[in-house]
Amino acid sequence: MWSAVLAIAALALFFGLLLGYAAIRFRVQGDPVADQVDALLPQTQCGQCSYAGCRPYAEAIAAGEAEINRCPPGGEVTMVALADLLGRDPVPLADEAAAAKPKSVARIIEQDCIGCTLCIQACPVDAILGAAKQMHTVIADECTGCDLCLPPCPVDCIRMEPVADTSATWRWPAP
Amino acid sequence: MSDLSDFPGGLHLNDQKSLSNQSLIQPGPLPDRLWVPLQQHIGTPAEPVVQPGDAVGKGQLIARATDTISAAVHAPASGTLQAIADYPIAHTSGLPAPCLVIQTDGQDIRADLPPPIRNYYDTDPDILRERIRWAGIVGLGGALFPTSVKAQPACAVHTLIINAVECEPYITCDDRLMREQAADLISGVEIMRTLIRPERTLIGIEDNKPEALAALQVALAGHPQIALRSVPTRYPSGGERQLIRVLTDLSVPSGGLPSDIGVLCQNVATCVAVADAVLRGQPLITRIVTLTGRGVVRPGNYRTLIGTRLDALIEHVGGYTADAQRLVLGGPMMGVSLAHDQVPITKGSNCFIVGTADELPEPPPAQPCIRCGACVPVCPANLLPQQLYWHARARDLEKTQAYHLFDCIECGCCAQVCPAQIPLVDYYRHAKAEIVSAQREQVKADRARERHEARQQRLVRQKAERQAKMRRKQEALQKQSNLADDPQQAVIAAAVARVAARKAPPDGTE
Repeated sequence: MWSAVLAIAALALFFGLLLGYAAIRFRVQGDPVADQVDALLPQTQCGQCSYAGCRPYAEAIAAGEAEINRCPPGGEVTMVALADLLGRDPVPLADEAAAAKPKSVARIIEQDCIGCTLCIQACPVDAILGAAKQMHTVIADECTGCDLCLPPCPVDCIRMEPVADTSATWRWPAP
Repeated sequence: MSDLSDFPGGLHLNDQKSLSNQSLIQPGPLPDRLWVPLQQHIGTPAEPVVQPGDAVGKGQLIARATDTISAAVHAPASGTLQAIADYPIAHTSGLPAPCLVIQTDGQDIRADLPPPIRNYYDTDPDILRERIRWAGIVGLGGALFPTSVKAQPACAVHTLIINAVECEPYITCDDRLMREQAADLISGVEIMRTLIRPERTLIGIEDNKPEALAALQVALAGHPQIALRSVPTRYPSGGERQLIRVLTDLSVPSGGLPSDIGVLCQNVATCVAVADAVLRGQPLITRIVTLTGRGVVRPGNYRTLIGTRLDALIEHVGGYTADAQRLVLGGPMMGVSLAHDQVPITKGSNCFIVGTADELPEPPPAQPCIRCGACVPVCPANLLPQQLYWHARARDLEKTQAYHLFDCIECGCCAQVCPAQIPLVDYYRHAKAEIVSAQREQVKADRARERHEARQQRLVRQKAERQAKMRRKQEALQKQSNLADDPQQAVIAAAVARVAARKAPPDGTE
């Protein structure tokens, strides 16, 4: 009988050590669900979800603290993708009007710019180029159209312009 | 022809080729104005090298290739560059694209062109490739991929296939070209052979072009390295993958390219353009356009200057008939409808069909899919068209990719046989566009995330640096006040203060 107890104890010890080692060796850094959610978000960093950016919103969703319908730039596509990922039920968008807004990029009316750098500090993706008392300009390719540069501008010289379709970006319509 | 293989699916169609292939290739018009688009190829658009107001000669380089996968653009006629502006092009969207507008002078003054290279067989291949690149040659069969890139294969090519099939109904520009310029074609093939050095070269031609076949047989005398293969007429045997299958019995892997299996395909018109560039120093400034259908007075093939507006060409050949109804760019199977005729002819405009109401009727309203499965046996790519349709309609893009949407060559066989008249290919094109667009968005989102994270890190770093600086300063101040505590230092400080007090004026205003 003792041999059986010993064998079981030895096995328990062995597997315990193995599991303990694996828990340290193969530990997953960070929150994988938040990473997956973050990968689906459009990364405009606009804060319309009331979080400070896409990553904080993703963490809130992963923690179950936020609804999945708060991302207007992502629209319904993102909401459905999130519902699929998390196994939740699709819900109507919280802000339909904001979601219907066309994709746009910021443009600085350069003759009005006073070079105050406030928009540069507001831009979440460093898409505005300029220095103090120098004219600023938007790198259109990097602009996510988040509107965050509009409120700080003291002279209202930033406009949001809708992105026009070209024959290269045009998409075949649904029949 | 026992050595030929076969591809799945396909259809026998009424080819309607005799409408346009009965007469010689006629010259097109020299219009007052030419609209030459900067993007007539796959890849990055060309970049203009002339300014509005500049005089340009016929064949002068007016926009250079900006990237490896790009193609140069040349002035099709002499004149003055009027503007570089957006202008409607032959695209389904009807959206404008940047064009070079040339006011022609009718003089046809030639620009300085590079000298002919007659002994191409012992010329450095890089010089030949550079010449092809200079000439702005792209795949004229419809793919519009820069030929200079294709002429420098990354891996060994054992079989060079010259695609002379031209399987789509109505189109006859390659047919006429082979009948009239077979010798040029063979020269072009020989040039491609010196560049690619394949083990064998096959020319595939459908057996409904006996005259072209005979002309090629004559031209091939003395070229034992090039084999001519007549393939049975069945649409879409001219598809690259289908032709490779028929001629070599090899299958291009899903999502792969012919070069993955050591095969390279070139269209016949591309080979003639290569011969023109190398043997005559001529850039690609004209192309043969099949203008056909029962809606034009004189259907035929026309050697047209790139940039000629379609309405000018149609007017040049006698105009529309009274019952002209629809305008299609390309063939009836794969072509796209155009809203109007004020679009320039580009390197890729192989055919325009002006159809009457009987000939190209407006598609009838689609009925619901009854899952009859008629589309499955005709698919030349071995796909399941109805499953693709189902998922594309439900916007389940992941599923469409699981059913190999991107292997669809958009040949239109499934839509042709569909008893419910569902525009199946439109669904596939829509789904493909949505997927490509989503991928583009994803790339942009990833970059935005990267930039945002870099910014966050920078802000944290800057804050830490500021704090470290403040700490250092505080420590320095601390040190100074510590010095004051030292008794020896205190004696010195007291002495300094005494001297200062003595020097200061008694009223203390200084």
